[in-house]
Amino acid sequence: MFPDALEFHVAEYVNNGINWLLHAYAPTFDSISAGISFVLMSIQGGLSSVPWWGYILLVATLAWVVSKRISTVLILVAMLMLIGMFGLWQLAIDTLAVIITAVILSLIFGIPLGILMAEVDLAKSIMKPILDGMQTMPSFVYLIPAMMFFGLGKVPAVFATLIYSMPPVIRLTDLGLRQVPKSTQEAALAYGCTKWQLLKEVRVPLAMPNIMAGINQTTMMALAMVVVCSMIGARGLGQEVLLSINRIDVGHGFESGFSIVILAIVIDRITQGFARRWDPNKR
Amino acid sequence: MKDPAILIEDLWKVYTKNDEDIDVEDQDLITSFDESDEAVVAVRGVSLKVEPGEVFVVMGLSGSGKSTLIRCILRLIDPTAGKVFVSGENVTAMNMKELTEFRRHQTAMVFQHYGLLPHRTVLENVGFGLKIQGVPEKEMIERSKVSLEKVGLSGWENYYPNSLSGGMRQRVGIARAIVMDSPILLMDEPFSGLDPLIRREMQDELIRLQEEMQKTIFFVTHDLDEAMRLGDKMAVMKNGQIVQQGEPSDILSHPADDYVARFVQDKRKQLKMADERAKLEVVSDNTGNDPSTKGAITNVS
Ligand SMILES: Nc1ncnc2c1ncn2[C@@H]1O[C@H](COP(=O)(O)OP(=O)(O)OP(=O)(O)O)[C@@H](O)[C@H]1O
Ligand SMILES: [Mg+2]
Repeated sequence: MFPDALEFHVAEYVNNGINWLLHAYAPTFDSISAGISFVLMSIQGGLSSVPWWGYILLVATLAWVVSKRISTVLILVAMLMLIGMFGLWQLAIDTLAVIITAVILSLIFGIPLGILMAEVDLAKSIMKPILDGMQTMPSFVYLIPAMMFFGLGKVPAVFATLIYSMPPVIRLTDLGLRQVPKSTQEAALAYGCTKWQLLKEVRVPLAMPNIMAGINQTTMMALAMVVVCSMIGARGLGQEVLLSINRIDVGHGFESGFSIVILAIVIDRITQGFARRWDPNKR
Repeated sequence: MKDPAILIEDLWKVYTKNDEDIDVEDQDLITSFDESDEAVVAVRGVSLKVEPGEVFVVMGLSGSGKSTLIRCILRLIDPTAGKVFVSGENVTAMNMKELTEFRRHQTAMVFQHYGLLPHRTVLENVGFGLKIQGVPEKEMIERSKVSLEKVGLSGWENYYPNSLSGGMRQRVGIARAIVMDSPILLMDEPFSGLDPLIRREMQDELIRLQEEMQKTIFFVTHDLDEAMRLGDKMAVMKNGQIVQQGEPSDILSHPADDYVARFVQDKRKQLKMADERAKLEVVSDNTGNDPSTKGAITNVS
């Protein structure tokens, strides 16, 4: 038995600290919350206004553009239909809204952070251990600050997903920029590029395959958070999985779980296809 | 009097691990660098002068510091000590903004490994220098097309560099340089990666272009043949120093030291053989034109 005398709690301090933070910076958290909520609602609204066959058409077109194979198009479309047939279409749209919001915000912060990391060595040495830490942490852990700051529902879900899914795009942006051949950059500089032009005209375009791979991975990470986020009350496919577990309803659990997998496959195929098309070496 | 196109005064480049300042006057320090591998002294006290309209060739073995020297002219590499003047302007004293302007208007460079942008078409690559200066799109396209025509690549505008052969890529590299219409062309072993036949073709092409353009060309090569064909003036580099400078024919006939002598001996032998051959041909011509001997001699060559 561990001696009782050594028992020591920080929970109270943490709670007090958080309370203080929430009080002192209430307007900040409110505006962050309002911001996330606004983006989420706009995206949700946009997604809901598209009829189901609109998605089928969209996926069919994109699948054709990236693969040029009828079989790929048919498989992806059939899988998407399956979600509807399970009666989970609206929930899938809800899930999609959370994911898209989180991914967009991830990219808005992640890509500039990746650029900063590639440009400034100091930034790299500060951010690298943080990113390493973030990626080793179990995804559940992200729920705690999200819940503390934003309560329950979709906003904290977006926040947790956003934090969890950001590292890959930061890392791969940094990697891509650093991999641009010195000789190419040198040639651009010799013709009188400024630092900004070098970044915009040469480095970012040449890093694009890596950045796209980062976007793809970030999206996949976001999908992985779906079930976890249902624990803080985010409605969607994840919640169905959670409910099925609680009710020991294996069949329904399978349907909703499989729907998440379908979303993942469809998004993965399409974003990967676009990543490949961006690769200048394959033109 | 007109300013020299390029004037280099006592230029040094020492590659160190942390880019610290080095006092190049300190003889002991330089010797210690040579003996250890903590720093590389790539260029040591080079001075040279290139007149406007001249083709100046720098020749030397691999690692002799040629690339470092040519990059110091437009400060792609910052020299450790010494001065570079281009058309009378002190390049070594320029700040970043002046340097950018200078690179845009005074020099254009061709690289051994082309340095083309794989995500841009041939036309966009050629127009790259104009684009970043803010030249209007229409003018950029027009000038790029003219430049591509000069290097014989009309019709290839919309291809990507990766679908071109080495020779064609370097033509794009040259077109990108001449479209700038800068007074000075810098070329770092532009033809070294090409096979001998294409290489000769490209040399002829450059000679032809130079007749039209009359630019100042600073040309780096490790190939004596190339240096002899193209150069008005020539400098031989060894271990970061210039060991001999002058007219190519002078260097050939009066090599300053063993290094240069070894460099040129093959060429001298070749020339001697060619001389003898010419004599023989004259003889055979005089002795009633025996076609068999003539054929035999041609075969030997
Ligand atoms: N960035 C660098 N850092 C450290 N040392 C370098 C660097 N660039 C070149 N060197 C060294 O400086 C010396 C001169 O190199 P440089 O590239 O100028 O030679 P070069 O004459 O152009 O050779 P080559 O014919 O192989 O192109 C070499 O010993 C090389 O190893
Ligand atoms: Mg070189």
